[in-house]
Amino acid sequence: MAAIAGTKSSLTWAVQLSTIALVLLWIFPTVGLLVSSFRTVDQINSSGWWASLTAAEQNEVYRAADPDENRVADGAMFVVSGNVFGDGSESTISVWGTSSRAIDAFQAGDTADLGDGETISVQENGDYEWRGNDDQISGRGQRIFATITAPPDFTLDNYEQVLLSGDSTDSMAKAFFNTLTVTIPATIIPIVVAAFAAYALAWMDFPGRALLIAMVVALLVVPLQLALIPLLRLHLEIGIGKGYLGTWLAHTGFGLPLAIYLLRNYMVGLPKDIIENAKVDGATDFQIFTKIILPLSFPALASFAIFQFLWTWNDLLVAKVFLIDATGETTVMTNQIVELLGTRGGNWEILATAAFVSIAVPLVVFFAMQKYLVRGLLAGSVK
Amino acid sequence: MNPAIQGLITIIVGVGGCVAYFYFSNQFLDKVIFPATGKNAGRNISRANMVRPWLFLFPAIFALGLYLAYPVVETLRLSLTDRDAGGAFVGLANYNQMFSEPKFWEALTNNFLWLLVVPAFSTAFGLLAAQLTDRLAWGNIAKSLIFMPMAISFVGAAVIFRLIYVARPEEQAQIGVLNAVWLQFDGGSGSFIMLKLLPAIILLCFAGLCLYVAYLLLKPYFTGGKTGGIFMQLLRFIFVVGGAYLAFESLGATLTLFGAELPYGEPQQWLTIPFFNNFFLMIVLIWIQTGFAMVILSAALRGIPEETVEAAIVDGANPFEVFFKIKVPQIMGTIVVVWTTITLVVLKIFDIVFAMTNGQWETQVLANYMFDKLFRANDWGVGSASAIIIMLLVSPILIWNVYNARKEMR
Repeated sequence: MAAIAGTKSSLTWAVQLSTIALVLLWIFPTVGLLVSSFRTVDQINSSGWWASLTAAEQNEVYRAADPDENRVADGAMFVVSGNVFGDGSESTISVWGTSSRAIDAFQAGDTADLGDGETISVQENGDYEWRGNDDQISGRGQRIFATITAPPDFTLDNYEQVLLSGDSTDSMAKAFFNTLTVTIPATIIPIVVAAFAAYALAWMDFPGRALLIAMVVALLVVPLQLALIPLLRLHLEIGIGKGYLGTWLAHTGFGLPLAIYLLRNYMVGLPKDIIENAKVDGATDFQIFTKIILPLSFPALASFAIFQFLWTWNDLLVAKVFLIDATGETTVMTNQIVELLGTRGGNWEILATAAFVSIAVPLVVFFAMQKYLVRGLLAGSVK
Repeated sequence: MNPAIQGLITIIVGVGGCVAYFYFSNQFLDKVIFPATGKNAGRNISRANMVRPWLFLFPAIFALGLYLAYPVVETLRLSLTDRDAGGAFVGLANYNQMFSEPKFWEALTNNFLWLLVVPAFSTAFGLLAAQLTDRLAWGNIAKSLIFMPMAISFVGAAVIFRLIYVARPEEQAQIGVLNAVWLQFDGGSGSFIMLKLLPAIILLCFAGLCLYVAYLLLKPYFTGGKTGGIFMQLLRFIFVVGGAYLAFESLGATLTLFGAELPYGEPQQWLTIPFFNNFFLMIVLIWIQTGFAMVILSAALRGIPEETVEAAIVDGANPFEVFFKIKVPQIMGTIVVVWTTITLVVLKIFDIVFAMTNGQWETQVLANYMFDKLFRANDWGVGSASAIIIMLLVSPILIWNVYNARKEMR
């Protein structure tokens, strides 16, 4: 509005800057997760994700190559040499040591005396030379504790681990398909049921219509928590038990009030003339519904579909109560992540990647269909 | 059978079954029961039209009844019966048992804390974002980024924020932003300004704002203005009491803040600090719900007639006056709707607490308390009783919604 008044360019700047600050604040957490999911374990543990583009200082333990295979005779002595990083690494060593109690005993380039003439030297670029007599240069390789500065390092290994490794505790692949199996029927079935009901409530005249609409509005806010015990008992009694069928039915029931409410509000607004003309021309209600109302209601159907999709995809409670049994075969992604939080609480590369896998699909749907989501929100709550 | 195939079959059977049901039941009605031919054609058509709505409605009513209406009654019954004695009526014994548990009161207090804080901050940030992005060239991009957390599951958000709150031992590099920032403070004058003075000013501003809102809500009673129906009055009362309480609390907090010795230089396990950890959990929900508030309020701001704003500017109102005295009063109805909608979400909040602390360190909330009773303690009686408490908390909003919807129908 200030722009209309045509003054206060300083205010416009303040608005621009505050908006930028607010947006950055809001995307900061998600970006953190995304960046972390591409970092290596060492990098995650050695620096915050915001420092991921700068070199990180981290403490590492290396072992010199196996003496029995790699040692080379040099006069009476034997020598094992190589590079702690392997080849092609741009990391550098600043300080190092040979014992876990003094990891910073030597500078890069120093030579450490290990006693009885045994020595080891480590250069800044990681080259080492371990020298000693036959007895000393044998068994296992000498350990080298080094503080290194590693350049930024991004990897897809975390995704490979989470999606393809098949390790049952880390794997999200099965949970991903389970979630999909829950979501798709649980999105489509309520739409069909609700569309017919909404048409009846919007365009058919019968006693008790107002009461039914009021009931739908009331059921809109009934907490899911109330339904858990009675329905679980019911499912167990009639033999559905815990499984996909019960979950689909439950999601259908819980999604219906919003579906009917949204669709009815939309259908009431459709032009009356079209429907009356069709009736005059001899169309039955069923024909009017399928040939006229459904195609015209597409925006409202899409709105609800997105809602229900996001809700069922992101749901934890219904899945925990109605789906996941003791075998854990039917675990969904949200549940898998909660379990990872318990078993892998400190392994952020796994956690971040698993979480990002689970939020990727909703994010894609969100950005692709945002228009309908906003429209649905406006229809659903502004009265 | 592979669940994916099972799912596909369910879609086909479910959708096909629904469509077939609607199609054949209509056909059956028109062709067999009340055929529109013969000498009773007219009467039959009108009879068929009386039955048809119920054909359209039957599946929905059945599902709603079974999955939402019946459970309300059944939960109420379960909360009054004893699980061990095969469903014997025990009166209010379950409630008594629940009321004697400190964990329940903790959950209830925390829920009220959530109720006060989350809707207020979500709506305030939403309003701020809506107003800021209103006339910006890149406003839509900004909005969609702030709106984005809506698509993220509570569990996903819990992981995102655990990464922010994570603490590592002092000698290791901090990978959580909050601790990394915290360790920058060393107790010097910079720390005093950022951690004592600034929060104190914010708290005082907040207290002032609360009192001002309470004053605005009470003003019509002194000046004889419109106070609205009984529900509006009740709402006013709740907000006034809540506002006064918040103002009182924030004034108290300001005093405590200056007396507090802050543990500078030590990484903090944020989620284990009693009382304050509730706020760290609430931030997650505020982060998610702000986008929702922003979308609705931004549409409402667009709907304000330009003339009112222009007139105010011509009369010499500054941008803040335009916002608080012209725009906000006009979208008050929408603000209330946003507030109540977020309140509903807060009352049922479960996933965030479950995934982040599971109610430990005094962060229990009702929904998680109930889940705990149901599936860990296996106590369906007390579990049902706590579900009924949630229902009771929701019911004012339920009645208010129905009241509004009926008013609109007329």
